[in-house]
Amino acid sequence: MSLIRITGLGRHYVMGSEVIHALRGVSVSIERGEYLAIMGPSGSGKSTLMNLLGCLDTPSQGVYELNGLNVADMDDNQLAEIRNREIGFVFQSFNLMARSDALHNVELPLVYAGVPPAERRERALEALRQVALADRVHHRPNELSGGQRQRVAVARALVNRPSIILADEPTGNLDSRTGTEILGLFDQLSRNGNTIIVVTHEEDVAQHARRILRIRDGSIAADEVNLSRRSVEASTTAPPVLAAPPRLTP
Amino acid sequence: MRLADEFREAVVIAVGALRANKLRAGLTTLGIVIGIVTVTLMATAIDGLNQAFRRSISMIGADVLFIQRFSWFTGREEWAKTRNRRELTMAQAREVARLATGVRAVGVEAHGQADVRYGNRSARAVWVVGNSEDSAVVRGVSLSEGRWLSAAEVQGARPVCVIGFDLATRFFPLESSLGKRIRVGRAVCEVVGVLEKQGQFFTGANLDNQVVIPITRFTSDLVRWPDVTIAVKVLDATRMEETKDELTGILRQLRRVPPGAPDDFAINQQDMLVRNFNQIGGSLALVGLFITGLSLFVGGIGVMNIMYVSVAERTREIGVRKAIGAKRRNILTQFLVEAVFISLGAGLVGLAVAWPLTWVIDYFLAARMSIPTALAALAVAAVTGIVSGFLPAWRAARLNPVDALRSE
Repeated sequence: MSLIRITGLGRHYVMGSEVIHALRGVSVSIERGEYLAIMGPSGSGKSTLMNLLGCLDTPSQGVYELNGLNVADMDDNQLAEIRNREIGFVFQSFNLMARSDALHNVELPLVYAGVPPAERRERALEALRQVALADRVHHRPNELSGGQRQRVAVARALVNRPSIILADEPTGNLDSRTGTEILGLFDQLSRNGNTIIVVTHEEDVAQHARRILRIRDGSIAADEVNLSRRSVEASTTAPPVLAAPPRLTP
Repeated sequence: MRLADEFREAVVIAVGALRANKLRAGLTTLGIVIGIVTVTLMATAIDGLNQAFRRSISMIGADVLFIQRFSWFTGREEWAKTRNRRELTMAQAREVARLATGVRAVGVEAHGQADVRYGNRSARAVWVVGNSEDSAVVRGVSLSEGRWLSAAEVQGARPVCVIGFDLATRFFPLESSLGKRIRVGRAVCEVVGVLEKQGQFFTGANLDNQVVIPITRFTSDLVRWPDVTIAVKVLDATRMEETKDELTGILRQLRRVPPGAPDDFAINQQDMLVRNFNQIGGSLALVGLFITGLSLFVGGIGVMNIMYVSVAERTREIGVRKAIGAKRRNILTQFLVEAVFISLGAGLVGLAVAWPLTWVIDYFLAARMSIPTALAALAVAAVTGIVSGFLPAWRAARLNPVDALRSE
């Protein structure tokens, strides 16, 4: 069974007397463990598709099955639960809680999931170790660099062990070096078996994925396997921290 | 457990948000502070009024019936019908004392005014009360000095008097009043006793500024045919009604009221005052609290306003929280807690401000801010927070995550 199965998914917005079709009957299946890039120019409908995939929005028509559950007709609270359990978001602008330290930011999904405090802390620390930020646990976002902030965001996305990591232009606010660093982190997560969906308009970013979905005018223009895959592995651009084993220092 | 955890998170967020906007939160609390201060002061004043009333009403005695020409509460219409009633006389008082069985003591009272003088000291228009020897029992009088009027003195219309505490201290600040001969109206009376300090009656009458003389003396010196009050202390307080019936019977006979005609006298009792006061005092309290409550309402609107601002400012944060799994109730609690914290903080400040102000009230009207009043004020503050925070919080909770995330 596919992790995600979308059949005839559409979304239109009514603007006064005009109906705007942002997405017109898209069908696609995504398997567990895939590394998928959704590409397209702005206005192509890729953001709409991402919002639907992330259960942030409900479709106007079609079926969206996530893990065998039909998400299309769930209510607000049920969707919140699905997002909490199944989806880890990584945003372009990090979207961390400015007044909370890294640890608390990462703990947040667990708070909403109802995980008891002790376990919460442990899992959040573990997630921060995975992104090599074990030594920045009590730093607030404004005390961290852009790359570090995005890594906190990735840790937050990981902490609930979601089915999908959904990243929306994850390198958009980063310089190219730290952008590569984050993509390297995604490569590593993908190798560890995580399902990753990256929404981007940058070819460079999309080239890290194994499969590229090209959207144009609300429809899928191409669905291709990426043969010229680029990955940050032992390359020199990878930050040394990623190669280091997790440290247990508090 | 899980809910407690979510709640703690909401508190952390709310406190963080408030700390980030200290000045704004402080200014917002001002409205509530003023509201809580006024409501608390009003409640304390009402409380003091009630207590003052209960204190003075207890002077009347719950087991005393007052047979008088008029009822204490007479409407205008009734007044027209009753104003031609004949006076109650001394003779009728004596007959009541002789005939009634359900009574412990019967006192006669008549009231008038006269100037009082001693040497070059004088007091104008002093309340002069004509009493019988039993009046002390009926009224539960206690003396700070000397004794009450004796039966012989009342019988013989002796020129003696018992004076109020204030009068005694004013006329004889350094010496004992006993044995002094003061001029009451035209007569000269010897002071045989001084009443204990009683304080003001709730009507404002100063009971410490009075002279009590034998009723017989009163009729010879002041008013020839006074309209007396027959004050009756009943034998058994649980059988007030029966005693009242008995007295009614006796009086109708004495005053020759034809069968079927209405009574031409009234039997008053403390109970009537209490009931009447509760009625008036209750509505007074309601109106007072309503008016002061308006300022609290204004404060509540202030909180609502600032909560809308807070929600608008943090729309993106709400979007992120929803994206990572916050349910409606999480967002709702977060903002409700913030609103309640503002209001509750304001409530505490309000109490701190009101506390010294109640001393000012205390100066006029013995009143203290009571613990229940303080707790009620805090509860009111919290409720104000919940009520005024609800709409903004609900709007936040219902935000569509996509739209919220898109906001800058």
